[in-house]
Amino acid sequence: MDYFKGTEDYVISKELRDNVNVSIALGRPLIVKGEPGTGKTLLAHAIAKGLAKKFHIWNIKSTTKAQDGLYLYDTVQRLNDARFGDHDVADIKQYIKLGKLGEAFNADEQVVLLIDEIDKADVEFPNDLLNELDEMSFYIPETKETIKAKTRPIVIITSNSEKELPDPFLRRCVFHYIEFPEQQLMEEIVHVHFPDIEKKLLREALKKFYWIREFDMLRKKPSTSELIDWLQALVIGGIPAKTIENEIPFLGTLLKKKEDIEVVEKSGKSHYAYNSSMRTRDVY
Amino acid sequence: MFINFFFNLKSKGIPVSLHEWITLHHAMAMNLNDCSLTNFYHMARSILVKNEIFYDRYDIAFLDTFGGIETTDEMLDEILAGLKKVKELKLSEEEKKQIEQVNLDQVLKNFEEQMKQGHYKNHVGGNKAIGTGGRSTQGAWGYNPAGIRIGQGESRHKRAIQVAEKRTFRNYSSDITLDTRQMRVALSHLRSLLPIGYGEKLDLKKTIDQTCRNAGEIELVWENKEKKSSKVMLLMDVGGSMTPFSELVERLFSAAAGQINRFKHFYFHNCFYQDLWTDMERNQCVSTMEILKSEDHDYKVIIVGDAEMAPSELTWANGAIDYWYHNDTAGIIWMQRFKEKFKDAIWLNPLPKRSWEYVHSIRMVRDVFPMFELTLDGLDEGIKYLMTGKCELYNR
Repeated sequence: MDYFKGTEDYVISKELRDNVNVSIALGRPLIVKGEPGTGKTLLAHAIAKGLAKKFHIWNIKSTTKAQDGLYLYDTVQRLNDARFGDHDVADIKQYIKLGKLGEAFNADEQVVLLIDEIDKADVEFPNDLLNELDEMSFYIPETKETIKAKTRPIVIITSNSEKELPDPFLRRCVFHYIEFPEQQLMEEIVHVHFPDIEKKLLREALKKFYWIREFDMLRKKPSTSELIDWLQALVIGGIPAKTIENEIPFLGTLLKKKEDIEVVEKSGKSHYAYNSSMRTRDVY
Repeated sequence: MFINFFFNLKSKGIPVSLHEWITLHHAMAMNLNDCSLTNFYHMARSILVKNEIFYDRYDIAFLDTFGGIETTDEMLDEILAGLKKVKELKLSEEEKKQIEQVNLDQVLKNFEEQMKQGHYKNHVGGNKAIGTGGRSTQGAWGYNPAGIRIGQGESRHKRAIQVAEKRTFRNYSSDITLDTRQMRVALSHLRSLLPIGYGEKLDLKKTIDQTCRNAGEIELVWENKEKKSSKVMLLMDVGGSMTPFSELVERLFSAAAGQINRFKHFYFHNCFYQDLWTDMERNQCVSTMEILKSEDHDYKVIIVGDAEMAPSELTWANGAIDYWYHNDTAGIIWMQRFKEKFKDAIWLNPLPKRSWEYVHSIRMVRDVFPMFELTLDGLDEGIKYLMTGKCELYNR
């Protein structure tokens, strides 16, 4: 059986790695939730790479229907062919195009399938896929054919929790919530991106980064990807570690909203750099 | 009994189904937790709990069930406690070679023997037993290339019980007041499909599809125009006892303003009368009567305030807290008028629910508007009430 150990360029916590292996062993989809920018999508890439398997992505949009993932019956093409008589239109099979899920089922060997941002679609969307994901097969009435997975694909589903997923769907999945990495894990993650970053710079930068994240009233908290961008800017700009102790250069790469920048700048000026938002939580 | 864990989870309000419970047994039968309680803690959580807001309750249930249990993880710790770190051993090349000749089978045999005799307690130095810094074949920080090394690296993952005790997910649990993103998600449920006109748009795709299915016989398909949108009116109490919550209310405001298409907002102090203010400083105002007359009745009204005031502010003419303000009609009447016009109205209160019973004015306001806590749970419940007219607490 396949055992996922992680890859060189994707740092993974032990719990998540274990849960990936649980989901592979049980043959059930793994739902990954977490703050934006915690590497949910990258996880699927890493699994495919780590296990050396083919990789399929099904990006979900607000208009995506469950049927799109299974197959598409190209009726217009068939009508067109019937008019001009190029093809044998009696053979419906040639007008059936498999969707991403269909492709993954139809593959000869086990593949990794990523269903990205499932919560973007309609509320009913996950329910429409219940049986298909359970049995890993579906029926095409037009050709009287059943597409069945030869080996159950490894299915990773990501969600930003914009919508609640229905309970029957959740029951059939393994769930993992990616916590925001702690400083130690974050250092490892940064090292993957910047193998030779100066230690002092990194430490000071991370200190500031976690300090900013403490602010309760931020509209959008900076995430890992913003930290990477910021470090990139610091390295290119040749900012010494000393400077970061006193000010935060390139704040715009970390915070994307005007109000947020104001909040941080305001509290940064006062002598104790007092994080005023800490109060709101224990107000009563 | 192991089944207690299931009932413990249930009693903590985690929606665990039998389906998931059996899946967990499958996983254990495959030994996916590797006989470790820590791994079991994470594995069981991933299978049984499908929302991070329940992680905290899971921790509590886990502690209840497995709190006093002794595990192999603990036994390892006991051994490690005995292996105190001492100075590393310096050996000559010749001695090193001698030791290297010992092969692994011998080492393992030796180790088992030692284990049986219980030699591992607090042993430092020496040539045979388990200990630290010695030449024996077991233990940590010693010198023997074929030796068995017990837990030399520091474990980054604590024992399950300790992990559960830390309750790191307390902040995710849903009765904590919310941040902007969570509010936006909750408010997005207010969007519903509002139909505009009936059967007036040609559905081109379906028409083509139907025509093709009819083998070329043209069949037109019409559809209703529909758009996802929401109409929300937000009334906020500002000043006085609401000052500590101003951050929270401001967050709700910014979330609502970004999430809702047709959004109106007004301010008041403690209770509203014939005027509603359109700015926080309460300089500009509009007539409440005018709003009641001119606005559509299908606005969803959310009122935010602590509803904590003197009962006279609600019941008396000229009872308003601001002495320069004169109101001919008592505040409670204005509230009732509001409720009559806008059927979908709720009151969100930042004060914790347990304190509501002790304040007379809150009880009076609750008689008019259904009141919810301004927390993730409360907001969800309130929005459910706005959209469907019923929820656990109230039924319209």
